[in-house]
Amino acid sequence: MIPEIGVFALIMALLVAAVQATLPLAGAHWGVVSWMRIARPAAVLQGLFAWTAFGCLATSFLTGDFSVLYVAGNSHSELPAVYRFAAIWGGHEGSMLLWQCLLSAWTVGVALCSRQLPQPYVARVLSVMGMLSIGLLLFLLFLSNPFERLIPAAAQGRDLNPLLQDPGMILHPPLLYMGYVGFSVAFAFGIAALLSGELNAAWARWSRPWTLAAWSFLTLGILLGSAWAYYVLGWGGWWFWDPVENASFMPWLVGTALIHSLIVTDQRGAFRSWTVMLAIAAFSLSLLGTFLVRSGVLTSVHAFAVDPGRGLYILCFMVMVVGSSLLLFAIRAPGVGLGGWFALLSRESLLLVNNVLFSVAAMAVLIGTLYPLLLDVLNGGKISVGPPYFEAVFVPLMVPALVLMGIGPMVRWKRSAPVELRSQLRWAVGASGISALLLAWLLPRGTDATWTPLSAFGLLLAAWCVWSTLVQAAKRLSTAGTQGGSLRLRASRQPLSWWGMLLAHFGIGLFVFGVTLASGFETKRELTLSVGETVSVAGFDFRLDGVDEVPGPNYEAHRAHVQVLRDGEPFVALAPEKRRYRAQEMPLSQAAIDTGLLRDLFVALGDPVDDKTWSARIQVKPFMAWIWIGCVLMALGGLLALADRRYRVARRAPRTARAQRGDDAAARTAEAAS
Amino acid sequence: MKFIAPLIAFLGLAVVLMLGLQRDPRALPSALIDQPLPAIDIPLLQNPEQRFDSTALRGQVWMLNVWASWCGPCQEELPALNVLAHRDRVPLYGLNYKDQPAPAQALLARFGNPYRSSAVDADGRVGMDLGVHGVPETFVIDAAGRVRYRHLGPVNNEIWETKLMPVVKALQ
Amino acid sequence: MIARWLAVIACVALQGIAMGAAAQGQTQAPTQTQTQAADPALEAREIRLAGQLRCVVCQNQTVAESNAPLAADMRRVIRTQLQAGRTDQQVVDFFEQRYGAFVHYSPPFKASTWLLWIGPFALAIIGLTLLLAVLRRRMAHVEATPLTEAQRARARQLLDEESNP
Repeated sequence: MIPEIGVFALIMALLVAAVQATLPLAGAHWGVVSWMRIARPAAVLQGLFAWTAFGCLATSFLTGDFSVLYVAGNSHSELPAVYRFAAIWGGHEGSMLLWQCLLSAWTVGVALCSRQLPQPYVARVLSVMGMLSIGLLLFLLFLSNPFERLIPAAAQGRDLNPLLQDPGMILHPPLLYMGYVGFSVAFAFGIAALLSGELNAAWARWSRPWTLAAWSFLTLGILLGSAWAYYVLGWGGWWFWDPVENASFMPWLVGTALIHSLIVTDQRGAFRSWTVMLAIAAFSLSLLGTFLVRSGVLTSVHAFAVDPGRGLYILCFMVMVVGSSLLLFAIRAPGVGLGGWFALLSRESLLLVNNVLFSVAAMAVLIGTLYPLLLDVLNGGKISVGPPYFEAVFVPLMVPALVLMGIGPMVRWKRSAPVELRSQLRWAVGASGISALLLAWLLPRGTDATWTPLSAFGLLLAAWCVWSTLVQAAKRLSTAGTQGGSLRLRASRQPLSWWGMLLAHFGIGLFVFGVTLASGFETKRELTLSVGETVSVAGFDFRLDGVDEVPGPNYEAHRAHVQVLRDGEPFVALAPEKRRYRAQEMPLSQAAIDTGLLRDLFVALGDPVDDKTWSARIQVKPFMAWIWIGCVLMALGGLLALADRRYRVARRAPRTARAQRGDDAAARTAEAAS
Repeated sequence: MKFIAPLIAFLGLAVVLMLGLQRDPRALPSALIDQPLPAIDIPLLQNPEQRFDSTALRGQVWMLNVWASWCGPCQEELPALNVLAHRDRVPLYGLNYKDQPAPAQALLARFGNPYRSSAVDADGRVGMDLGVHGVPETFVIDAAGRVRYRHLGPVNNEIWETKLMPVVKALQ
Repeated sequence: MIARWLAVIACVALQGIAMGAAAQGQTQAPTQTQTQAADPALEAREIRLAGQLRCVVCQNQTVAESNAPLAADMRRVIRTQLQAGRTDQQVVDFFEQRYGAFVHYSPPFKASTWLLWIGPFALAIIGLTLLLAVLRRRMAHVEATPLTEAQRARARQLLDEESNP
């Protein structure tokens, strides 16, 4: 009964989406107000239906209804309740439903939080999002029905893949999809602007908070995926340049270019066509990612159950969506004006260089990911493109961007003379150099590793990112406004978007620092350990005290007790496990990781050699945690920036247009004065 | 003009992806095609004192089948190989890959021995030289001792007729 | 003028350092000096090589990570060959001869992969050059014109209206 309600809800959602996609668009075109007013209620109604369907699937999972094919394939009676819920998005059909539900959620968000936008514009935005929903709902209903019945019902489910039975499964896909799908809002805003012919600075202003939100979610989603791989996979690695990882990284790179480009368009009305192109590109890459994961064109650990029929549908959907938007762009963009003037050395130009670098980086990742496919199609043989390639290509492209990241905020809008930058640059470069040297002298005390040019350069770059951000923050806070006042007063006068930028750029510095030290100075050992034996790795002693057999809710495990000592004193006790899940008979190594600010200790069990000896992998990774801290700060910076008062200004009582312009002018002056 | 460039680039990408849907990303062609067969200097299964000599096989087209007693599909293909190799009079030799002599002999006794002789590759080194990554595999070697074709997976009637025999006939 | 050239030279130099460092970073092994002999260095080379080779059976893991029997064989071969004094490149070549370029995670540099290796850098150079050209052209077209007296008067009027609703 409940699965049938789910299908019914999806059908209703499709019908409402069809209305939502057509009437408001026509209404905006012909000026029919009643049609335009349908957009918001339609969006909300469609969201309600989609989430009803989700609720039905959730109920089927939580009650263990194995008469539903998808539930039988991904669940088990012994599966803990929280993983039964997470299993909803453990397979292809359920995760597509999650995609659709999150698209509906963003649509509802736009519908409810856009009172200050002109009605025709909102109507167009919601129509575009409705069209996307139609495509997804058709896919769900005809090719990926999560509610398909299994008759006769299975006695027992096939269980969720043990690798997915982890807290990471609960958060990573939803957050990741929130980001992926969230770029559809920026996309819809851009398309609506192109359709209406009014591609101006206002569009960029409206688009910014939505894009920042999507970007922040995507940052968190990627971060969680990476951390999950690190904590679960048992190899100590956290980024593999796997095609599916790249599929999420490309929208992130373009999204970063987009949020910076939106700043230029918002503040100076310049390069509007490029910004809208980036908005189209970001969402297109989201769709491409969906295609790559679910079509089977590339092998990946993440790939879902492969079906060329589904792949073909997604490809056609992508061609329709992206092709029509690029066609619209080709037709409408040439008519867009050039916007304000700015000099060669100005914040605008530096932001545009940033655009180019991030876009090229995204293209580099795309080329690397798709090249094996291209070569195969051209009968050029089979090659593999993996981490050695991406590291050799991506890092040099990002280095100039990171250097510019420090200089950009120091430079004025419109025109800046090099002499103005001199004192800030001197401070930043000086502080970076000195702190890098200091750290280089202090750091290797823990390990005996030596410095390589790459790690030295990385440390300098990290120091530059941090110090340049701090220096320009100090300068701005010291000269802010003519009124002076206490530091707190001056700080509170700065817009939240500036604080967000500070936090995000600072986070990047910490991230680069973590990556440099964790990669450059990690110690990896593969060895066999007997009970009672001690091995010394990077200044720590690891002693295997014993191995127990431990039952779990749906698995049997061997748990090793490893005591870590430093200078003879007990430091921490680690308990890595080797689990065997009962349902799928699959062995899984659960690593034990001690996370500290200064280094991570990593121990994973391999296979037993005999009943007293096990093979093990032991790693010591300095400053590993800073990678996560840096990424979290980046995401927080994005969220802080979107809370900026300027995006909420029009929410209050209706104001005169002149007062609004005055407000904007004042805000712009404050920005320009920095 | 420059505004239409993204659309054209995207359509090109779409074509590549469409063609890619028809390919199997996991299929790995053999690196040995048209290369001389690597030296196989290992004892025979039935007569351990003798060693396999691939140079003696020059001048005829022959097939090498990699098999093992622990491999299910190998058991399935043995009866078919028996029939087909004798019917079409193709010299068929075996490479017993990472196996033990006793179970290997037992398997041949049970399902029939289609091989003129089988070489014993106990540690898998010869297999690695041949680029073996999944058992069973079947190679077609020409009169000059070069590898000309490699089939992954068990051989049945259809594969023999449509894939292996055409290559053999073309080489003879 | 001189400053601009210095800036360009600095950028190119930084790029060069970055690329050189990145290329070097791949062939450098972090040396662990736990115990005495060359063994830890050899072990590190083993681990690194095994991390660069693709497990042909599972295809989504490196030879270092994979549990497949073939991967174990390959790890053993790597160890024997390194102990026999082969270089990293020789070991990679050994496997490429047998399994094709597929087995190495770093793609070869030959005519069919020029686009792959050079493409991103070419794109970056082209992109930045185009940007410079577009910016220059833009500076010529969109002049910063000062306000005319009439515009200044109108602005004053608007601002006055603000304070006197």
